[in-house]
Amino acid sequence: MNPTNISVTESRRRTRAIIVMLILTILVITAFIISMNTGHIRLSPLDVVKTMFGGGTDKQHLILFEFRLPRIIISVLIGAGFAVSGAILQGLFRNPLADPGLLGINAGAGLMVTLYISFLRDNSSANLFLLPLLALGGAASAAVLIFMLAYKRHKGLLPTRMILIGVAVQAGINAAMVVLTLALDPEDYQYVSIWLAGSIAGSNWKYVIALLPWIIALIPFAMIKSRSLNILNLGDQMAKGLGTPINRDRIWLLAAAVGLAGSCVAIGGGISFVGLVGPHLARRLVGPQHQLNIPTAALLGALLVLVADTIARSFSSLPTGIIVAIIGAPYFLYLLSKTK
Amino acid sequence: MALNNGTEAKPSVKLHARPVVATIILIGGTAALLLSMALAISVGAANISLETVWEAVFKFNPELTSHQIIRELRMPRAIACAVVGAAFAVSGAIMQGMTRNPLADPSLLGLNAGAGFVLAICFAFFPSLSYMSIMFFCFVGAALGVAIVYGVTSMAKGGLTPVRLTLAGAAVSALFVALSSGIQIHYKVGQNMAFWYHGGVAGINWQQISIIAPWIGGGLIGAIIISRAISLLSLGEDIAVSLGTRTGLIKILGLVFTLVLAGAGVSVAGAVGFIGLIIPHFARYLVGVNYRWIIPCSAVLGGLLVVLADIVARTMNPPSEFPIGALIALIGVPFFLYLAVKQRGEL
Repeated sequence: MNPTNISVTESRRRTRAIIVMLILTILVITAFIISMNTGHIRLSPLDVVKTMFGGGTDKQHLILFEFRLPRIIISVLIGAGFAVSGAILQGLFRNPLADPGLLGINAGAGLMVTLYISFLRDNSSANLFLLPLLALGGAASAAVLIFMLAYKRHKGLLPTRMILIGVAVQAGINAAMVVLTLALDPEDYQYVSIWLAGSIAGSNWKYVIALLPWIIALIPFAMIKSRSLNILNLGDQMAKGLGTPINRDRIWLLAAAVGLAGSCVAIGGGISFVGLVGPHLARRLVGPQHQLNIPTAALLGALLVLVADTIARSFSSLPTGIIVAIIGAPYFLYLLSKTK
Repeated sequence: MALNNGTEAKPSVKLHARPVVATIILIGGTAALLLSMALAISVGAANISLETVWEAVFKFNPELTSHQIIRELRMPRAIACAVVGAAFAVSGAIMQGMTRNPLADPSLLGLNAGAGFVLAICFAFFPSLSYMSIMFFCFVGAALGVAIVYGVTSMAKGGLTPVRLTLAGAAVSALFVALSSGIQIHYKVGQNMAFWYHGGVAGINWQQISIIAPWIGGGLIGAIIISRAISLLSLGEDIAVSLGTRTGLIKILGLVFTLVLAGAGVSVAGAVGFIGLIIPHFARYLVGVNYRWIIPCSAVLGGLLVVLADIVARTMNPPSEFPIGALIALIGVPFFLYLAVKQRGEL
């Protein structure tokens, strides 16, 4: 293949990616609008528009602004956050199985929630932010533990080593969680399992405000760093040869992935399957270039979680994370069986 | 087999193995396994002397209560532990060798998730099923998981590649886990199920052992027979093919053996899967990268680990039992981390 050919395929790929992203954006917006109409109480599109612009009854106002809108926005943010976190990790580890769970994020957050339910919960002081903060703390400490164990002087963070250590730490935390949950009473057990399955229920504007800065800051950061992610993907030798400070970049990118997934887990629980499928589908649609891959993954993740959450809150009593896997996994398997 | 003595005489690929260490592990490990089984039989709610254990095994007297306890409760349990441990460890070794992925363990094939899904259905809709039928359905679930993973993987154009296998396994697992936790949450059977799933080998009897033992025995022998081919596969598909391995056949056999071993293990002991991840790593660390040695050593070490863990789980806080899978993970993780942190080069 000669150079002109490469640049032709390159530009064709870029055009294709832009079309894909446009379509996805339209889909997200459509899903957003449909989601505003749907729920236990249906609102007609006209009512939605009226309410949005200040009209509508008090009841419609309450449903839309206090219940539905924050939850929809949180779904979008969480989907995008997990997917980008997964995209960074799959790029960094060069392992298609990598997802935010590997950083111990779900396990750490889950353990803190279980500990809280086991020992601390008193129903009198229901602090809105206590549980998310604890979950975030758990997620961050698990990730830091994995970093510390995986870090090697002179060599830095090596992907394979980190994956193995991540899996092991996860298994250990999960074991501790099993021991704790078996001792819970049935009602608390139910609460913990719903949390672990990933539930966006109980969202309000305060959560939106808490989550938004993370997503707004870290997704663009990941996009700025996408060039070094591409280079790291070529392998350490090559990256070093091209003059990339591999260790520094790797640590920054990992920190971004932890921040994204940790903040999402704190608000939404374990919906991390998005972090596995989002980036995969993105890679299949737009190729391995992270400049294109990351925004596509973000859109796909947002779409998947938004659709799943709309289904979860309208037609079932199940946590959103379960619906995400029920929709996402078969589609993922279908893709896997089709492409070469 | 296209592999004849000629290729064995001048190995074009050198496998770093330590046969002496491996032999020591096999002999010493088997001795330790027998000893710990004897210990497992003698220790419990009522401690029984090793002498009585010996008599109960070889000079059984049905009129003595202690002999009855040993024969009906403790012996089957000790044997089940050893067998299950060996099964999980060897199935993990096969998976890691075949997929060349250090993360691979049987649970990645959708086995555990499939079993868990069927278990959730059993608990939610047929709560009065007997232990035996639950065991049977667990195995069916495990097979279902593997069948879907395998089906999806082999339908694809490129065929059965390790990456695709692990990916399909992850997706199928996620799907089944979601379905089963949906059922659990909706029917509020999660905790009962968790007790069963994490309960290990409590309540096993001779009848169940007589059912699973032949399967696991067959699986272990099969694994040892294909171990050389797995060593070659672990070097990469191209090398294996160029050395005359029939990779397609070996992969299918490997999957079947993994299913039989881990499926039988899951249906008897529930979630003890972490053994399948750590023991093969440990065995490789000790004996080198030749699966001819890794597989039998994994069997012995896996059996030993589960027997010992079961003793601890039973005696820690009697009469309640500590969930054995969690115990193994809690002991195994620090150890695994130590190995991973210490290891140079390869990691």
